[in-house]
Amino acid sequence: MDKKDISRRELLQSTGALVVGFSLLGDSPSLAQQQQIPGLAGVPDGMASYPYANPDYLDPTALDSWLAVTQDGSITVYTGKVDIGTGIETALGQITAEELDVPFHKVRVAMGDTAKTVDQGRTAGSQTVARAGPQLRQAAAAGRQELLKLASARLETPVDKLTVNEGVVSVIGEPHRSISYGDVLGGKQFNVRITANGIQGAMVVAPEVRPKNFRDYKIVGQSVPRVDLPAKLTGEFKFTSDVRVPGMLHGRVIRPRTAISGVPTVDETSVSHMPGVKVVREGTFVGVVAETEWAAIQAAKTLKVTWPAPANKLPFTQDEIDTHLKTSKSARDTTGAKKGDVEAAFSKASKTFEATYHWPFQMHGMMGPCCAVADVRGEMATVWTGAQGPFTTRDRIAALLKVPKRNVNVIFVESAGSYGRLTADDTAEDAVVLSRAMGKPVRVQWMREDEHVWAPKGPQQLLTAKAAVDGEGKIIAWDYMDHSFPWSESQGTPQLAERQLGAKTELLGNPNGVNGGGEYYDFENQRVTAKIIPWPQDDPSPLRTCALRSPGEPPRNFGSECFMDEIAAGLGVDPIQFRLRHLKDKRIIEALKAATEKAGWTPRPSPAPESTGPIAKGRGVALTIRGNTIIVAVSEVEVEKATGKVAVKRVTLAHDCGLIINPDGIKIQLDGNVMQGISRTLMEEIKFDGAGVKSVDWVSHPVIRFKQVPDVQVVLINRPEIPPSGAAEPSIVVMPASIANAVFDAIGVRLRQVPLTPQRVLDALRSKTSVSAKA
Amino acid sequence: MAKISLKVNGHSRVVHTDPSTPLLYVLRNDLELNGPRFGCGLAQCGACTVIIEGKAVRSCVTPVRGVQNQAITTLEGLGTVAKPHPLQKAFIDEQALQCGYCMNGILMNAKVLLDKNSNPTAEEIKDHLDPILCRCGSHARVIRAIQRAAKTMVSKA
Repeated sequence: MDKKDISRRELLQSTGALVVGFSLLGDSPSLAQQQQIPGLAGVPDGMASYPYANPDYLDPTALDSWLAVTQDGSITVYTGKVDIGTGIETALGQITAEELDVPFHKVRVAMGDTAKTVDQGRTAGSQTVARAGPQLRQAAAAGRQELLKLASARLETPVDKLTVNEGVVSVIGEPHRSISYGDVLGGKQFNVRITANGIQGAMVVAPEVRPKNFRDYKIVGQSVPRVDLPAKLTGEFKFTSDVRVPGMLHGRVIRPRTAISGVPTVDETSVSHMPGVKVVREGTFVGVVAETEWAAIQAAKTLKVTWPAPANKLPFTQDEIDTHLKTSKSARDTTGAKKGDVEAAFSKASKTFEATYHWPFQMHGMMGPCCAVADVRGEMATVWTGAQGPFTTRDRIAALLKVPKRNVNVIFVESAGSYGRLTADDTAEDAVVLSRAMGKPVRVQWMREDEHVWAPKGPQQLLTAKAAVDGEGKIIAWDYMDHSFPWSESQGTPQLAERQLGAKTELLGNPNGVNGGGEYYDFENQRVTAKIIPWPQDDPSPLRTCALRSPGEPPRNFGSECFMDEIAAGLGVDPIQFRLRHLKDKRIIEALKAATEKAGWTPRPSPAPESTGPIAKGRGVALTIRGNTIIVAVSEVEVEKATGKVAVKRVTLAHDCGLIINPDGIKIQLDGNVMQGISRTLMEEIKFDGAGVKSVDWVSHPVIRFKQVPDVQVVLINRPEIPPSGAAEPSIVVMPASIANAVFDAIGVRLRQVPLTPQRVLDALRSKTSVSAKA
Repeated sequence: MAKISLKVNGHSRVVHTDPSTPLLYVLRNDLELNGPRFGCGLAQCGACTVIIEGKAVRSCVTPVRGVQNQAITTLEGLGTVAKPHPLQKAFIDEQALQCGYCMNGILMNAKVLLDKNSNPTAEEIKDHLDPILCRCGSHARVIRAIQRAAKTMVSKA
């Protein structure tokens, strides 16, 4: 065990040492020991956060909570954020290196350990660079200021006569008079207070320190190669599923494909012939534990468990759920835009439009199902997990074990890409329940079916749209409504195991967002609303919900941007020209023009003139603004008339997120969002009926493959003067509408239900034939 | 339980295990080779791929008893961060991955492809890798990386 590595934790906890020695963070020379920081003297008024009175959290007002300097001048920056495969480890390292004036390779980013990092909120919504970025930047700027102060004393030269280059402080004009960061502070603590007001993502860190001017950036803005990739290509990288602790057992949890309404009948004799297998039952929770993983897998398969029929008030089909969404009373409305008098404008309309769009339940589909290791020892627990919110998991585990938060150490270890799924952390709870029962560390790895059936899902959504157009072909009223379920699992509510042990969950949950409904258009009268329809069932259900990549926005944008297209087509206007009529924001207009220019868009109304061959070709556009990020997609498709198969051939994106930290990092993510966006638009829906979820593996739930890869063109618009907003993820928002609009352009029939399966496209083509035959 | 003799990455290894155990769990848990990954346990995604006697094999459904004394290569057998295989190097150069969980399957299948076809076209790569799933959507870069690797391997040969 690494003594230094647990020192923070030992200081935080007076209740005894931790037993498990697995260090994700490795050696660190000077872990902040802020509880030892002496005296209040000299802390000016206004730094009101000190003394920091909450022992459950690392003190954000101690500079040592954020930064450590080794003797060789390397820097460790500590962040409560985690890298879920999107490259934020590299981006945050760039921001830190830039501000401290050290080479990038000298910075190590330590992430997501509840005992060693400040809680900066969950990693979600592409908010890491936008929110944690400035926090780390300011901490690093404070660190640089302090290092300069110390160097100033050593060099006997005022700070304003000093300069820093690659971690070496020297006297301006006298480069031989220099001292490195390592020599200034290596291995020692800063023992310095900074300001930190607010919590998590909203925390304002060290505003008293002036950061570097963006014009002087040398590392930020560069395509620095990602630090995590080499080891991921050789097997040297450790994922959550690779965590092994001494004496660890393997666990599996057994759950049905339906809602869990009661205690199942378990025939333990069915596994009594299997050596070393233990059955763990608590409440409605049933698990097995064994010494080897294969024995646990077989025991889970062999154990006879009979589940009571679900006490089901759940609608059984997608249509029934749509009806439920449409007819149920909203628990709360969220407003995305409200302007003018929509009703009055409709009475003045020269033309009105109306449409309804449908979006199914969809899944994140992590390539590796979720996994966690827990070691519960009496009142103490350590958990290794890929959670996007390690502190959220920590709080849930503390509640489950009924112990103070500080008794639980949650350590993030990266999992397969989770796209929001690990805002809900199921295996951590499963492993804790099994470890507590066994008195030994237990690893729980969900199987593929567990993940497909029980992972929380992106909820079904129903979008209704109405618009009024004046005599000039301009929209004078826009009335857009999203009917959808809130997330039941993302916001720190009890997860599956906890609920199976009797914990109640808050029924309403948190809204699935409101953006993407056309609020960025300049309509005189405008209403964009998201209705929150409570889930009609109390029991833990496989249709539980959580944030799924740009939550709620791909569906809302599918509805709103298809609707814009429908109106443009109805008026016989080119879709780009029609959008420009309703846009005032210069950044959006610039992005729209950049994308259409790059795509070689020539103006004409949709649909395209009918083709004679077996393939119909079309192009479609969609745009959105998410946070402060603007994204435009032009998709080009080919529709095979005989089969209804849609192929996306080329996608052109324009992306403006303000200041770009790492251009290539954004480009990789854009590729990924395009692929996942195509997959979700053309292929993905979770199938279920009264007998439960039917999408149980990659055969019953296919996703996109190599043969479907399109050509992707990207225009990155860099605006260094604008603070960075969430990058790349917003691009998935515009994929569905751009594809659906392209399909309309190709075949002249509108599909308003995702996914655009070959069958649905064929049905549309046939309806067109029958309509024209009647005409 | 039985004594099983394996030849992994050129080394002889002996494990004591239930002979019906799929090779994946033996490689990961007994030999602590983390390259092959658990993705589905159903031979549907490819994350667990190893190369046995020159062929790409889904280790999650391959009982260990059937592969005794056959030459097994895992991702670890290709190269290391310090000394990467040209394929691994090309993937770094192209930054051709995101979460990286599927990369084992992609690299091992790409290796088998390049062993048979030293200069595959993009279409041949797509065909060959179509059975392998990647959820982060690194497909386009993967294709470029394999073509880049092919070039460096040919020029070195």
